[in-house]
Amino acid sequence: MSALLEVSGVSKSFDGFKAIDNLSFSVGEPELRAIIGPNGAGKTTFMDLVTGKTRPDSGTIRYGELAQDLTRMSEAKIARAGIGRKFQKPTVFDDQTVTENLTMALKSPRSPFTVLTRRPSMIERAAEVAQRVGLRSDMNARAGTLSHGQKQWLEIGMLLAQEPRLLLVDEPAAGMTAAERERTTEMLVEAAKTRAVVVIEHDMEFVRRLGCRVTVLHEGRALAEGSLDHVCADPRVIDVYLGRPETADA
Amino acid sequence: MTSTATNPNGSAVETVDRRRPMLFRTDVLIFLSLLALVTVGATVLAQAGFVSTSFVKLLGKTLCLCLAALAMDLVWGYTGILSLGHFAFFGIGGYAIGMWLMWDRTELIVVETLVRGALPPTPLEIEEAIGTQIFGVVGSSDIPWLWTFAGSLPLQLAFAVLVPGAIALVFGWLAFRSRVAGVYLSILTQAGTLALSLWLFQNDSGLRGNNGLSGLQNLPGLDHVPQSTVSLWFLWASALALGLGYVVAAWTVSGRFGSVLRGIRDDEARVRFLGYEVEHYKLAVFTGTAMACGIGGALYYPQAGIVNPAEIAPIASIYLAVWVAIGGRGRLYGAVIGAAVVSLLSSWFTGGGAPDIDLGVYVIKWTDWWLVLLGSSFVLVTLFAPKGLGGFVDLWTNRRSTRRDDLGPDQGSLRAEEETP
Repeated sequence: MSALLEVSGVSKSFDGFKAIDNLSFSVGEPELRAIIGPNGAGKTTFMDLVTGKTRPDSGTIRYGELAQDLTRMSEAKIARAGIGRKFQKPTVFDDQTVTENLTMALKSPRSPFTVLTRRPSMIERAAEVAQRVGLRSDMNARAGTLSHGQKQWLEIGMLLAQEPRLLLVDEPAAGMTAAERERTTEMLVEAAKTRAVVVIEHDMEFVRRLGCRVTVLHEGRALAEGSLDHVCADPRVIDVYLGRPETADA
Repeated sequence: MTSTATNPNGSAVETVDRRRPMLFRTDVLIFLSLLALVTVGATVLAQAGFVSTSFVKLLGKTLCLCLAALAMDLVWGYTGILSLGHFAFFGIGGYAIGMWLMWDRTELIVVETLVRGALPPTPLEIEEAIGTQIFGVVGSSDIPWLWTFAGSLPLQLAFAVLVPGAIALVFGWLAFRSRVAGVYLSILTQAGTLALSLWLFQNDSGLRGNNGLSGLQNLPGLDHVPQSTVSLWFLWASALALGLGYVVAAWTVSGRFGSVLRGIRDDEARVRFLGYEVEHYKLAVFTGTAMACGIGGALYYPQAGIVNPAEIAPIASIYLAVWVAIGGRGRLYGAVIGAAVVSLLSSWFTGGGAPDIDLGVYVIKWTDWWLVLLGSSFVLVTLFAPKGLGGFVDLWTNRRSTRRDDLGPDQGSLRAEEETP
């Protein structure tokens, strides 16, 4: 298992606030990895950095066999290189049907001229993805009419349709019912069999169910890494999550 | 292409590729038939003497405005770029064709006059005479460099499309590359339009200052053809351009390209993370629609007879946005309905067609009050019918579609497993 994504010594501050502080992190292929951490630990900034939404102040982010420098690429180019991102809030195109949403995401040429002039039928590929995320019978529904959980699945479907090598998933289980969570866990575990999947999550129970390696982020640094039980036993992690027992020290 | 799958309640769901050739789509067919009906109807009525030449011209001009509105709908209604400068491209198209019309016709007249002299005129004499004729009004007889190719119809026709395209390309590239969007982009386009019209107002701009280009209704060498016939030619040409424009626009907004455009309108960042270069798409649409506006202008101004800097003033581009908003953003026929209804009503109200209303203490003169009426209807449409006039078509299609096929019980209501914790 070689490293697919190699983040080394990356820092990023906003108006003096260090959101990411000399962070190093790597993930292999295939691998399922969870990133946990309290609010403000820099989880979302981390995603923004990898997907090109923000540029780091220092450090490098290398990706793939060619060790491409992601800090110099546009968001779209990074996406085309095989990095997919799922946002915290389900962001699907409400105005368009499930089929249209999936078709847009399917791996295919992306340049305006090609998209305008070459129009192969993609409906079968879209149907296949819809099947995988349980939306096969809702393909003609407008995404805006789907339930919250279904929207999350549609977004996961759109990510799968992109056929990315690295999947960044921000709080996939937020606002889901128990049954939906279970289904989502299955989808992610399944997806991680052939690619790298990084899940950012608050919910410890959900992370436990993923049963994967965990990185704990705190104040922009990687605090601990290992199995969930291992990191939960780490006194520093307990400090961060439960607060420093100052009275005991005194 | 067909595939089937089974959904949770056991029935088979069929996935069929329902794409039809663009020309045979229902809305395109209906639109083209109506357009043909209007054009043929107007022609027949005009030749029978029931409608005046000026009405035919009004109709032809309206079709050109519809083409501009169609372009505006593509760029604003579909892609979400509120450009307040697209009417400038329309004006540039008019200037480009106007230059040839003026030049060629002046040349014919000048040559005819000079031939009567003792010696045959030299090319230099002809050019000087043309210069005096055209630029005398701005106190000059030099021919500005802008007019270098004014004698060539093919080149000026090409300029009517290429100059708007080139300006849009450069402007758009600079703006989109710096991720200028939303209201800032609107202000930028508005400022660009204002700058252009102010420049044209100057006498030394080389385009006759505030006089603009006039006499454009007279086609060079075709003085013997009556205006009633010329007006019909232009009506047909405008209808052809609009019909073609509609088909191209419908093709553009269909399929994945259309999905991407609407995606950019609704959530630009998300489209980027799907791997599409949003800037390239915006640039393509911005430039393409600018060129379409150029074509519209090239057909409009020979019917109007005159193009001057006031045509390019920012207010014209705002009207364009108002038409599209009233007609219904994000649907092609909405833009056409909006442009046609509002511009025809505008001619009726401001042309003295609407009777004044005597309130006893005050007389409402529509020439003064039309803008108030337009403004309030814009507010009313925004508040009470955000889908615009085109939204009324939904009432009809929705009724039809619910009657036609029963979709059965909702999938969600059948899904029992959701209740188990």
